Amino acid sequence: MALLARLRESYLLHSFLRDPVAVGSFIVVVLLVTAGFLAPVLAPMNPYDPAQIDVMDSELAPAWIDQDSSFLLGTDSQGRDILSTILYGTRVSVLIGLGAVALQAALGIGIGLISGYAGGRVDAVLMRVADVQLSFSTYMVAIFLGAIFQATFGVGRYEQIAVPFLIAVIGLAEWPQYARTVRASVLAEKKKEYVEAARVIGLPSGRIMWRHILPNTMTPVMVISTVQVANAIMSEAALSFIGLGMPVTKPSLGSLIKSGFEYIFSGAWWITLFPGVVLVLLILTINLLGDWMRDFLNPKLYKS
Amino acid sequence: MQPAARFRSTHTSSNKKNPMFAFIVRRIAQAVMVMLVISVIGFAIKTAVGDPVRDLVGVAVSAEERARLSEELGLNDPLPVQWVRFLGGALQGDLGQSFFFKRPAMEVILRKAPATLELVLAASVIIVLVSIPVGIYAAVRPRAALSRLLMGGSVVGVSIPVFLTAIMLIYVFAIHLGWLPSYGRGETVRLTSWWETGLLTKDGLLHLVLPAISLSSVMLPLFIRLIRAEMKEVLEAEYMKYARAKGLRPWRILLVHGFKNTLLPVITVGGVQLGTMIAFTVLTETVFQWQGMGFIFLEAVERADTSLLVAYLVFVGFMFVVVNTAVDIIYGLVNPMVRITGRK
Repeated sequence: MALLARLRESYLLHSFLRDPVAVGSFIVVVLLVTAGFLAPVLAPMNPYDPAQIDVMDSELAPAWIDQDSSFLLGTDSQGRDILSTILYGTRVSVLIGLGAVALQAALGIGIGLISGYAGGRVDAVLMRVADVQLSFSTYMVAIFLGAIFQATFGVGRYEQIAVPFLIAVIGLAEWPQYARTVRASVLAEKKKEYVEAARVIGLPSGRIMWRHILPNTMTPVMVISTVQVANAIMSEAALSFIGLGMPVTKPSLGSLIKSGFEYIFSGAWWITLFPGVVLVLLILTINLLGDWMRDFLNPKLYKS
Repeated sequence: MQPAARFRSTHTSSNKKNPMFAFIVRRIAQAVMVMLVISVIGFAIKTAVGDPVRDLVGVAVSAEERARLSEELGLNDPLPVQWVRFLGGALQGDLGQSFFFKRPAMEVILRKAPATLELVLAASVIIVLVSIPVGIYAAVRPRAALSRLLMGGSVVGVSIPVFLTAIMLIYVFAIHLGWLPSYGRGETVRLTSWWETGLLTKDGLLHLVLPAISLSSVMLPLFIRLIRAEMKEVLEAEYMKYARAKGLRPWRILLVHGFKNTLLPVITVGGVQLGTMIAFTVLTETVFQWQGMGFIFLEAVERADTSLLVAYLVFVGFMFVVVNTAVDIIYGLVNPMVRITGRK
């Protein structure tokens, strides 16, 4: 209760409510994410239960175009309800996005802390690795990792481990973003007096890093985290689209678009368009929230 | 100038050459290190996943024959020895035989490279032609309705994945309106033994339009924002006020005095993003069935054509390293700050 009261009086909430774009984006993100996670409850049918799909229903147009169709957003080539596949797909996409960012953050914050605090040769080596990896563009790294993993495990076994695998690929591809940000703030914090005080008391350096420095580096971490979730969802969609991501049997939004693309030439645009719209909406609103958060947490930036 | 002062100035300038030389050497050493790491990764993929015997003779060969071949190919040697052999081959452009194409993997990649590079070139032209005027306009008139629309559009633009842009373009311009072809490279002309260009025929150029627009859409928002931000900063500078006070023509002030000074950051970012564009060609080429390196790479993954996969990795890795090293060195030459902070 005390926390809620503090939040109500805080400047954060005040500034948030004054920004219609931020509020609107927040509502859309929350709606999409809850809809995704409640997919088994909300979806008209379970698209992965063969008993519930009828091949005779395949490639039906959305309900407002085709009067015979009982499916709000139409069906795909196997007769699965598009609305249901989108709900399930959103869940997979969001899950991978959050998981990948958690992994990136864990790796990046750990490496950034050690690099910034230890300095010297450790710092030089770790940051060189981060530089080199960043210079390769995270997409390229993710595509290569995906290709190598898939070639190693083979497509058959790969389908079962696709989710943790994608989290690992995107997490490994993007950790340098976090490592650089955290390192920069650690370098600034390290010189401050409270760190010296902690050292004088004789605290072990591990404790100083985790309990004293780390909490003070959280602001920039929060700023990039939001945008990183959007990036991770986009990377996942891209990987799935080129066939290195989620299999068609357990699709994310990206693989839904991929499977729909094959039917776009026969005029069945709805199989591609609706997952695409949801994907863009999800990424766009997360990005807009990230922009707002950056402007709020970083008052030095003048918003023009 | 006083003799003493001149002496001092020559002295310092000769001193300054050394850090620059050291910077270049260090940067090249780093590039070589990265290429070595790439070669280790490529070698690891080859030994862990690939099967050179199958690449050579296929699957229908007896076990004894296989054992004899793998002894002959040196597959029973210790790994470091094999790696050195791999490296020696790679330096001469020999990365093994492509299982599917029955040809040297590097040759397959090199034949597909022009298609990808033409696509990247066309996209770069679009980026330059669109982002510079739009960026300058948005900086000069930040409050105009059109600039707000353009900046809002750029936020939406970064949130649309490139393959979705490509699909939308195909649907509108190829399927719905039927104005432009939707896949392939169209008619090509053979320039040299390995370079077939689509830039010289009308059909080839028409096929290039949609893929190039899609590819450029990834980078356009970034460059518009960058040019706008840099231009805004420059517009505040004293020399711009001075130029205006002198009564120079407005467009001359903007282009010669203003825009020229935004070029350094723009070119640096541009150089690095050129590498990123190569990554995005994989996506664009998939959508448009564009027979380039990225397309062949994904096919190689599907067919478990390890040699081809490794050849792509090494070739693209090499391109990234060369571009990044060149950009860093040029930037170091132009901007002394980098040399100093880089030294530490």
